[in-house]
Amino acid sequence: MFTLKNFSGFFSDTFRLITKGGRIYYAWVGFLLLLIAIGAGAYLGQLKDGLIVTRMRDQVSWGFYIGNFTFLVGVAAAAIMLVIPAYIYDWEPIKEITILGEMLAISALIMCLGFVMVDIGRPDRFWHIIPLVGRLNWPQSMLAWDVIVLNLYLLLNWFVVTYLLFCAYTERHYVKKLVLPLVLLSIPMAVSIHTVTAYLYNGLAARPFWNSAILAPRFLASAFCSGPAILLILLQVLRKTTKLSIKDEAIFKIAELMAYTMGFNLFLTAAEAFKELYSGTEHMVYFQYLLFGLKGHTTLVPYAWASILCGLAAFILFLVPRTRTNWVTLNIGCVLIYASVYIEKGMGLIIPGLTPDVLGDIYVYRPSFTEIAVAAGIFAIGFLVFTLMLKAAVPMMLGEFTITKGRTPKEAPPQQA
Amino acid sequence: MTDHKPECPLGGCEPSASVGGSRREFLGAATAAMATALTGCGTLSKEEFLQRNFKELSKDEVLSVIDRLEKEYKAKYGKEVKVANTPPIPGVIFGYALDLSRCIGCRRCVHACVKENNQSRDPEVQWIRVLQMDKEEGVNLQHADQYYNPEEVPQEGHFYMPVQCQQCKKPPCTKVCPVGATWRDKDGIVVVDYNWCIGCRYCMAACPYGARHFNWGEPHLPADEVNPKTHYLGNRPRPKGVVEKCTFCIQRTRNGQYPACVEICPTGSRKFGNLLDKDSEIRYVLENKRVFKFKEDLNTQPNFFYFYGV
Repeated sequence: MFTLKNFSGFFSDTFRLITKGGRIYYAWVGFLLLLIAIGAGAYLGQLKDGLIVTRMRDQVSWGFYIGNFTFLVGVAAAAIMLVIPAYIYDWEPIKEITILGEMLAISALIMCLGFVMVDIGRPDRFWHIIPLVGRLNWPQSMLAWDVIVLNLYLLLNWFVVTYLLFCAYTERHYVKKLVLPLVLLSIPMAVSIHTVTAYLYNGLAARPFWNSAILAPRFLASAFCSGPAILLILLQVLRKTTKLSIKDEAIFKIAELMAYTMGFNLFLTAAEAFKELYSGTEHMVYFQYLLFGLKGHTTLVPYAWASILCGLAAFILFLVPRTRTNWVTLNIGCVLIYASVYIEKGMGLIIPGLTPDVLGDIYVYRPSFTEIAVAAGIFAIGFLVFTLMLKAAVPMMLGEFTITKGRTPKEAPPQQA
Repeated sequence: MTDHKPECPLGGCEPSASVGGSRREFLGAATAAMATALTGCGTLSKEEFLQRNFKELSKDEVLSVIDRLEKEYKAKYGKEVKVANTPPIPGVIFGYALDLSRCIGCRRCVHACVKENNQSRDPEVQWIRVLQMDKEEGVNLQHADQYYNPEEVPQEGHFYMPVQCQQCKKPPCTKVCPVGATWRDKDGIVVVDYNWCIGCRYCMAACPYGARHFNWGEPHLPADEVNPKTHYLGNRPRPKGVVEKCTFCIQRTRNGQYPACVEICPTGSRKFGNLLDKDSEIRYVLENKRVFKFKEDLNTQPNFFYFYGV
């Protein structure tokens, strides 16, 4: 009874926190809402006319939407990058920021589900894919696996975040026996969401570009570069704008770990490229289309090389301790690696997988305006969810806003014994 | 051979009749309304929204679904469209063989298929793609041209390889479908339940033959071009946002007729029959000609064979 009352208080206070803010906060939220409105408008057009308003066609049957989906699964998985050292090695400086990683995972997963939803031709039949209600082709279909693990991972992160914040709100210490197993569980779960997403493509013998044994390891390696890059920038912003104290040490430690994953990611990419290009079988055409262009079609070439060069530059910046601990070069490195992985795990993965198509046809795909507008809307939803969560979570984590503190006297609920 | 044509007594086939068990009752009219909004047009009935996978429907439910579809088609095209539900014939597995040395690349099969199977005319969906290959290169997809358009065929130095669904014994497309909307029937035909497909296009990524096609926009099929003799799992008019494919003309072959592409072929390149019947023409080809399977290394085990007849 007592807890239930606290819980409803927790919700109403959370609501109060996210609806009150400064001018910059309102402007930011307003901007995101505007983007969401633009995306919604574009999506309505897509619902009316069908996916023909995208530039996807039979040859390239997945495009920008699924590319973004794949990239964001990586971002969601990267939350464990922070959880592993924090909980296994009990390393204090990172521990307080794992909750941020988990919130990032929640936002990324919401965007993932959004991108899947806008990509399907019959969103009215979404219930067919709900376990027990519809008819999930499990365990055969990798997409069925993905539906299950993504939603479980979302649920798990949502629960841990809510529980930790609720404890902070009610000024109690969280029950370690409950949190630790869940957090430890989230580690294999994070690995599994990205592995299953890689298997989604990996299992298709029809598409040699994806049908490579190191696809899943490459997915994980690149995710552990891009996900933490977002967090590093975020941590610096939070340090400046809130009273959240995040030690330099924590940030540099994450940067150091990233240097290793970046090196590994580059190594795996090189291993893949070597095998394809040196052996030179007919499977090489997809790499050719990506890196050099094929039969005069060079759309992807500048992006592919930009991705490789950004990845190399970021690796050097993160590897050298002096540039890793310099804020300017560190942030440049973050942006570079983010851009690199966004290209590599988005369009750089999906499009060459499908071009040339299974009958050798080259259809040059570029996203249409609708696809870009809808994608912007989904990103805005993700940013909005993340912003609102942060807005409420930070004061609670800092102990500034709890069941007894942080409100004007008349708003305070009557004290309970 | 039982043909479940909807000659059902009127009462039992009303669309209002319950289309399934209690499990779906939790989804009320409100959900259906929301889903209607998601289709982008106001035509989704509650019965259609709640319809379960074809394989889960009882005989009565199938009849009621077919009745509903026939009424819809009548309203849309202004003529009677029969939707059959002919099951596989026991003791029959269909096989197909294509003589590469005879095919001249005239694409009559492509167009006969479109006419027979009620594909969208605009944009035109074609289940058969004819590849023009270099004789010097052999079957090499990097030298294949689907868009050849000369005054006359065959062109000097080229041969022609039509590709359609290979009706694999181990179809990668059905394996990946997240909702079981596509499967291989007992006679070896791989079919799609257009009312269950969610349009994720995973099957299209999985198919090594480019045999699956998506209705990117609203299929445009002029009323006077509708073939009224249809099958639920075959050539009945499709909705927007679902995947479709060659079914060996299921509406014809399960009634003892040849597929439209076999019938139209002017060179006799296309052979079709029952693989289990020792005296069939398809068995003669398999036993007396040198055949190959397209992309044999992928182990999809097609029931569609290519051969050199002369």
